[in-house]
Amino acid sequence: MTNMNRRQMLLTGAAMAMPLAAPGILRAADSDTIKLGILHSLSGTMAISETTLKDTMLMLIAEQNAKGGVLGKKIEPVVVDPASNWPLFAEKARELLTVDKVAAIFGCWTSVSRKSVLPVVEELNGLLYYPVQYEGQESSKNVFYTGAAPNQQAIPAVDYFLNELGVQKFALLGTDYVYPRTTNKILEAYLQLKGIKKEDIVINYTPFGQSDWSKIVADVKALTADGKQVGVISTINGDANIGFYKELAASGITADDIPVVAFSVGEEELSGLGKGDLQNLVGQLAAWNYFESVDTPENAAFIKAWHKFTGDPKRVTNDPMEAHYIGFNMWVQAATQAKSVASDAIQEAMIGQKFPNLTGTTAEMLTNHHLTKPVLIGEIRADGQFDVVKKTAPVPGDAWSDYLPESKFLISDWKGKHCGMYNTQTNTCVQIKSNY
Amino acid sequence: MDFLRKNPSVLWFLAILAVFTLAVTLMAPGTGSGAISTSFVKTLGKTLCLAMVALAMDLVWGYAGILSLGHMAFFAIGGYMIGMWQMYARTEEIVITSLAQSPIPPTATEIHQGIASQIFGVVGSSHMPEIWYFAHSLPAQLALVVLVPALLALVFGWLAFRSRVAGVYLSILTQAMTLALALWLFQNDSGLRGNNGLSGLQNIPGLGKVAQETLSVWFFWASALALALAYLLLAWVVSGKFGSVIRAIRDDEQRVRFLGYPVEGFKLFVFALTAVIAGIGGALYYPQAGIINPAELAPIASIYLAVWVAIGGRGRLYGAVMGAVIVSLLSSWFTGGRVPDVPLGFATIHWVDWWQVLLGLAFVLVTLFAPRGLGGLVDLVTGLHPPRRHGAALGPDSGSLQEREAQE
Amino acid sequence: MIRTLLAAVLALTLASGLARAEAVGDILDTNKALVEHASRLTIGPVIDKLAASGDPRAETLLKAWGDKLLGLRKSDGAFVLLKRKGAAYQLTQPDGTDVGMAKRSDINILRPNAGVRRLIDGALVEFQLSSPDLKTRTEALSIIDHHPEAGQLKPLEASLKAETDPALRARKERLLRLLTIRFGENSAKRIAAINSFGADTGLDLRGTLNPLLDTHRIIAKAGEKPKGNIDRPLIPGKTITTEAAYDLLVARGEAPARQTPTARRQALEAHIEGGKVGGIPLAQLSDPEARDRAYAALEKAGQVPRAATTREVRAAVAAHDYWVVYAEADPAMTTAAKAALAKIAVKVDAMQALDLLLEALSLASIYFLAAIGLALTFGVMGVINMAHGEFIMMGAYTGYVVQQIIPNYTLSLIVALPLAFAVTFAAGVAMERLVVRHLYKRPLETLLATFGVSIALQQLAKNIFGTQARPLTSPDWLDGAWVLNDVVSISYIRIAIFVLGLVFLCLFLWVMKRTRLGLELRAVTQNPGMAASMGINPDRINMLAFGLGSGIAGSAGVALGLYAKVTSELGQDYIVQSFMTVVVGGVGNIWGTLAGAALIGSLQKGIEWLNPSNTLAAQTYMILFIILFIQVRPRGIIALKGRAAGD
Repeated sequence: MTNMNRRQMLLTGAAMAMPLAAPGILRAADSDTIKLGILHSLSGTMAISETTLKDTMLMLIAEQNAKGGVLGKKIEPVVVDPASNWPLFAEKARELLTVDKVAAIFGCWTSVSRKSVLPVVEELNGLLYYPVQYEGQESSKNVFYTGAAPNQQAIPAVDYFLNELGVQKFALLGTDYVYPRTTNKILEAYLQLKGIKKEDIVINYTPFGQSDWSKIVADVKALTADGKQVGVISTINGDANIGFYKELAASGITADDIPVVAFSVGEEELSGLGKGDLQNLVGQLAAWNYFESVDTPENAAFIKAWHKFTGDPKRVTNDPMEAHYIGFNMWVQAATQAKSVASDAIQEAMIGQKFPNLTGTTAEMLTNHHLTKPVLIGEIRADGQFDVVKKTAPVPGDAWSDYLPESKFLISDWKGKHCGMYNTQTNTCVQIKSNY
Repeated sequence: MDFLRKNPSVLWFLAILAVFTLAVTLMAPGTGSGAISTSFVKTLGKTLCLAMVALAMDLVWGYAGILSLGHMAFFAIGGYMIGMWQMYARTEEIVITSLAQSPIPPTATEIHQGIASQIFGVVGSSHMPEIWYFAHSLPAQLALVVLVPALLALVFGWLAFRSRVAGVYLSILTQAMTLALALWLFQNDSGLRGNNGLSGLQNIPGLGKVAQETLSVWFFWASALALALAYLLLAWVVSGKFGSVIRAIRDDEQRVRFLGYPVEGFKLFVFALTAVIAGIGGALYYPQAGIINPAELAPIASIYLAVWVAIGGRGRLYGAVMGAVIVSLLSSWFTGGRVPDVPLGFATIHWVDWWQVLLGLAFVLVTLFAPRGLGGLVDLVTGLHPPRRHGAALGPDSGSLQEREAQE
Repeated sequence: MIRTLLAAVLALTLASGLARAEAVGDILDTNKALVEHASRLTIGPVIDKLAASGDPRAETLLKAWGDKLLGLRKSDGAFVLLKRKGAAYQLTQPDGTDVGMAKRSDINILRPNAGVRRLIDGALVEFQLSSPDLKTRTEALSIIDHHPEAGQLKPLEASLKAETDPALRARKERLLRLLTIRFGENSAKRIAAINSFGADTGLDLRGTLNPLLDTHRIIAKAGEKPKGNIDRPLIPGKTITTEAAYDLLVARGEAPARQTPTARRQALEAHIEGGKVGGIPLAQLSDPEARDRAYAALEKAGQVPRAATTREVRAAVAAHDYWVVYAEADPAMTTAAKAALAKIAVKVDAMQALDLLLEALSLASIYFLAAIGLALTFGVMGVINMAHGEFIMMGAYTGYVVQQIIPNYTLSLIVALPLAFAVTFAAGVAMERLVVRHLYKRPLETLLATFGVSIALQQLAKNIFGTQARPLTSPDWLDGAWVLNDVVSISYIRIAIFVLGLVFLCLFLWVMKRTRLGLELRAVTQNPGMAASMGINPDRINMLAFGLGSGIAGSAGVALGLYAKVTSELGQDYIVQSFMTVVVGGVGNIWGTLAGAALIGSLQKGIEWLNPSNTLAAQTYMILFIILFIQVRPRGIIALKGRAAGD
C-alpha cells in the first residue's frame, strides 16, 4: 500500500475496492503489543471537546511505553473517529472490540454516546473508561466511570450556593439533553428537601448551540424582583456557553448580583472568550474535580508533560483529562496486578485500585465502578483560569441518586452483590445488564 | 415476464444483489468463514437500507422531479416506530423478571409503571406518554412504520402540491419539515426521550439468546430482500404508463396538467409511496445501527441522500443504489481513521481531516462534469452516448439548436 | 474586701479595655482554623470581632483579606499581608511590621469565597461610607444595595449630610428610603417610604416590597379564625385541592400519612402465610382489587396499621380551615406594599411589552443581516447558494485573524468589516466563475454543488482554525447595554447589529436603484437574452452580483461573530433560517426579506414569551407556521407581480 505512489492510489479503483477490504477483514493480531481503543470524536460538534482527550490518551500511552509498557509489552493506541454521530459510536466500539481486539476502550463524552456504546461493551464483555461528569443513574459491569457523578459535582455546588452564597432562588439553565435533564431533576428534589419552594426553582432548556440568550438572561434578571438572592446553575453545554456568558456580561450582571455555577465550563471553554468578556465574568463559578490552577507537584508535572507533548505552551488542561489520567493509570495498575489484560481479570482487579489524583488526594475505584473524587469550586479569574475557593475531601461517587424517589433504594455493587442495580428495599437485583 | 424482458437491468441488479448476499453470507462470522467481522456485516446491511431510501429518493427526484430534502425524516420515523416497540418489549422483559423475584405477583399497573420509569428515567420522567399507546404490540408498531410516514407525506404533500409549491421552494419547505420534526423530537416533552433517542435497538426482544453474529446476518438478509422487493416495485412503477406520466411531470408540469392529468394526484402518490419505502428502510436500518436520535433527521442527512443519488446518477434506479453504496461505504472507511496518511513532505494528509473536503469537491465535480453520475459509466459500457452538441446555442431557450449541431 | 473588689474592678476594666483594643493579629491567630478555611456560616463572629476590635489596622486587614492579599507563610504558618512586587510578594505582619519579601511558592494565599468576601465587605461598609475616595464610597453603596442589613441604616443616614457628589447623594437617598422600608423604626415611617416611590420599576424596590408580602399557609380548627395578618382563606376543593390540604395536615402532624403503593405492597409481603395473604392466594394478588381485599382482611385482624381511606381523608380535611397569612404583622404595611406593587405591575407589564418588542426587533435584525446577502444571490439572481452560511463563517474568521494582527479592537473592527467583504467577495466571484456559472439552467443542481462547496469549506475551516471556538472580542464601547430601566435594556452589540442591518439595507437599495450595476443586474435577471442584446455582459453582471451578495454575507459574519461565537459551524446556524427569511418575505425584493425577518423574529420571540421554559418549542412552532404560511402565500409576504415574477 505505501509502496504505491499517490497517483496510483488515487486513480486505481482503490476507492471501490478498499472499503470492502479494509475495515472488514480481520487483521492478524499483533501479539507483541497490547491494544487500547480511543473512541473520541475527531470531527463534528463534539470534536471541540473530545480531540483534547484523544491527545491526552496518546500522551499517557507514550509515557507508559517509555516506562516499558504493561506486562512487558508496548501499548498500541487504536484511534477511531465516531464523528459525533451516536450510532457510529456503537459501530466503532464493536469494531474496536471484535476487529482490533482492544483490551479496553477509553472514550465517549456525551451521555447519549455512552448509552450508544453501552449495549455493545456489555454484549462483548469489553471495558469502557468514561471520563466525563455525567448524570448517574447507571452502573454497568463493563464501564468504569472516572468522571463525576451528580453527588461529586452538582450536589456540592448547590450546597455551596445554599451555605456560602445564601442563594434562595434557583434558575436551572441547561441544554436540552439527558445530562442536564437528569441532573436538574436530582437538584430539584434536593433543593426541595433543603426547604426551597417549588416556585423558587425555575428550569429552562435550550437547544445545542443556542446563540440568542437575551430573553433568558433578562428573565433571570427579573427573578430578583422578589428580593431573594438568585443563583444560576448552568448545565449549558459546549459552544452555547460563549453566547450565554457574552449576554450575561453585556447585561451587566456580575457574580455579586447573580452567581452562576457551571458544570460544563472549564479552562477549555473559557479559552473561547476574549479578554473583555472574561473581565466581566470574574467571580463566576464552576464546579469540577480538577482545575489547571491547582498547585500540586503532580499537576505541575502533568501540565509540563502536556505542553511538551502538544508542543503548545498555551494548551490548557481540564477535568476530563484528569479523569483519563486516573483511569489509564488505574488500568495499568490493575493489569499489572492481575497479570492479564483480559476483561474479567481487569474488572476484578480494578475495584479497590488507588491512584493519586492531580489535586493532592487519592482516587479509589469503588465497588460501584465510580471513583472517589474531591469536589473543587473555582471562581473564574481574568486570565481564564480558576481560583479554587472550596475543596472538599474525596467524595465517593454514587451511581444511583439518593434524592430521587425511584432510585432512592438502589445501589450498585459489583464485588459482593454482582449487580449494578440492586434494590436494598426488596433485596433484589433489578437488572444485571443495563437498560439503555 | 414481459416487464423483465423490457428491463434487463432489473435482472442484472437482482443477480448482483443475490451474488453479493451469498458472498457476505459465506464470509460472515455467524454463517460462514468469518472472514469479515460482525460489525462489517452490520455496516453492509445498513448500506442496503440506505440504498433502499436512495431508491425512493430517485423515484421522487430523478423521475418525478421533486427535490425533496426531507426524505430522511420518513426514514427516521420508520426507525422510531420499530424502536418504540423494541424498547418497550425489552424493558417489559426486564421489569417482569425483576418483579417476579418478589413474593407477590405484580399488578398490570406496577409493570406498566416499572416500564415507564425504566425507559424515561434517563430523561427525568417516569410517565409513559400517549404516543407509546401501541408500543406493546409489534403488529401495531409495524403497521405504524408504514402508516405514519404515509400519513405525514400525504398531509404535507397535499398542502404543498395543492398550493403549487414547486422547485426550489418545495425543497426548502421539505427541509423545513424535517427540521421541524427534528426540533420537535429534540424536546423531551414530545415523549421520545429527546436528544437521547431510543437506544440498545440491536438487541431484539425475544431473541436475546441469538448471538449478534447470527442476528446481523438475519438483518442483512432482510435488508437485501427488502431492497430487492423495493427495486422490483419501483422498476415496475416507472416502466409503465405511470412512469411516463411522472417523467413528463418532471420535464414539463404545465403541459401534463393541460393534457388533463391530475398532476397533484400523481405527485402525491409518488411522495407517499417513497415515504413508505423510506420508512421501511429505516425500520430495518436502526435495529442494525442500535440507536436512533433526532440528529438522524437533521436536514443535512437528507441533503446527503440527494447527493448520493446525484453521484450515482438520477433517473435510473441502479444509479441511486450505486451512489448510496459507494459514497456511504467510502465515508465510513475514510472517517474510520484507518486510511493510511499521505505524507507530502511539508505536511501530512490525515484523511480524517481531509475526507470531507474531498467529498465536497467530489460533489462539485460530479454535478459539473458528470451530471449523469456514476450510472453514466454503465452507458459507456453499453455504448449509449448522448448526441454531441457543440457551440453556442442559437436561441435563448434551453434545448435550442446549437451552432455545430445546426451545421451538420 | 474593698481592696479586692477594687482590684477586681480594675482587672475587669483592664481586661475589657484590652479586649476593646485587641490586636487584629491576635484575633486571626486565635481563629486560625476558621480563617484558613473560611465559610460564610462560621466566619461571621470572627469578622465582627475584627471590625469591632478598635485596632486601626482592622480596615486594612479586612480589605487585604477580601482582595485575596492575606496569606499564610508556609515556613511558620504566620498570617502575612501581601503586596505584589513583580513576581514576588512583599510581606507585612498584621500589625504593620514589614517582614521582607517572599516568593509565590512560599506563601499560601487565602482565597475567601464570595460569601465570605460579602461578609468582609459588609463589615467594611461602615468604614467606607464616609471615605474621601469616591470609588470606595460607590463600592460601599453597591454592597448595601446587594445585601441590605438593619445596621446599615444609621451609618448611611449619618453619611448623607457630608456627601458632596450629587449622583452619589441621590443614590444614597434612594438606598436610605429602601432601607427604611425594610428596617424603619415604625410602620408610619416605612409606609411613608413606600409611598415616596410611586410606580417605580426598579428591581431594588420590587425586591424590597415583595418580601413584605411573603405568606405561608396555616391550619386552624374549623370555624376558628387564626391570629395574625390574614391574606385570604383557602377553600378545599376550590382554592386548594383536597390532596394539598390533606398534605398540609400531614405535614403539621394532624393526620396520618397516606399509604404509598410500595408501603402497602411491603405490608402485604410481610404477612404471607402459607402462600396466602389475608386468606387470598398469592397468585391472585396481581389484581389490585384482590390486594385491597387482602389488606382489609389484615386490617381487620389488626395485623397492619389502618391506612387512611378516601372518606377519612375527606373528613380530616373538612374538620379544618386553611388560611394564607402574611409574615408581616402590620396590615397597614401589607396594604401599602400591595397597592404600591399593583401600581408597579401595570408599568412593568408595559415595559415588558416594550422589551419584548426590542428583542424581537433585535432578532429580526440578526436574521436580516444573515439573509441580506442571500436576498441578492437567491432572491434576485435565483441561485441557491448553500455555501452562504460558510461565507458568513469566513467573514467571522477574517475578523478573528485581523484581531490577532491588530490588537486594538476598534481599529481591528474597522479593518475587519471591509476586509471580510473583500475576502468573501473574492470567494463569491471565484465560486460563481468556477461552479455556479455552469449551472444557471439547472437550479436544483446548484443546490448540490454549492452544498459540496459548503462542506468542503467547513472542513477546511476546521483544519485551519481547529474545532475550538475562537474569540472575536468587541471593542469596549460596544460592551454593556443600553438600559432604560430595570426591565428594558438591550446590549450595545445588538444595537450595532441593528444599525449594520440598516446600513446594508441602504447599501443594497442604493446599488440596486441608483447604480448602473443595479440597473444592469435587474435587466439581466428579468431577461438575460434581451439584456445581452442591449450590450450588457450577463456573465460579468452575474459574477459581480454574486460577489456582492457573498461580500455582504462576509461583513455580516464579523458582526454575528461578535455577538455569538466563531466556530466552523457558525454558518450552519443561520443557513436554514436565512432561506426561510427570504422565502417567507418573498423572493426578489429586499423589502420582502425585511418583512420576512421581522415576521420570523417577532413570531419566535412571541412564542418564546408564551412558553418561556422551552426555546425549542418556539423554533418548532415557528417552522410549522412558516410551512403553513407558504400554503397561504406561496410567493411570500411581498410577491412580485407581472413580468418580474418570472414563471
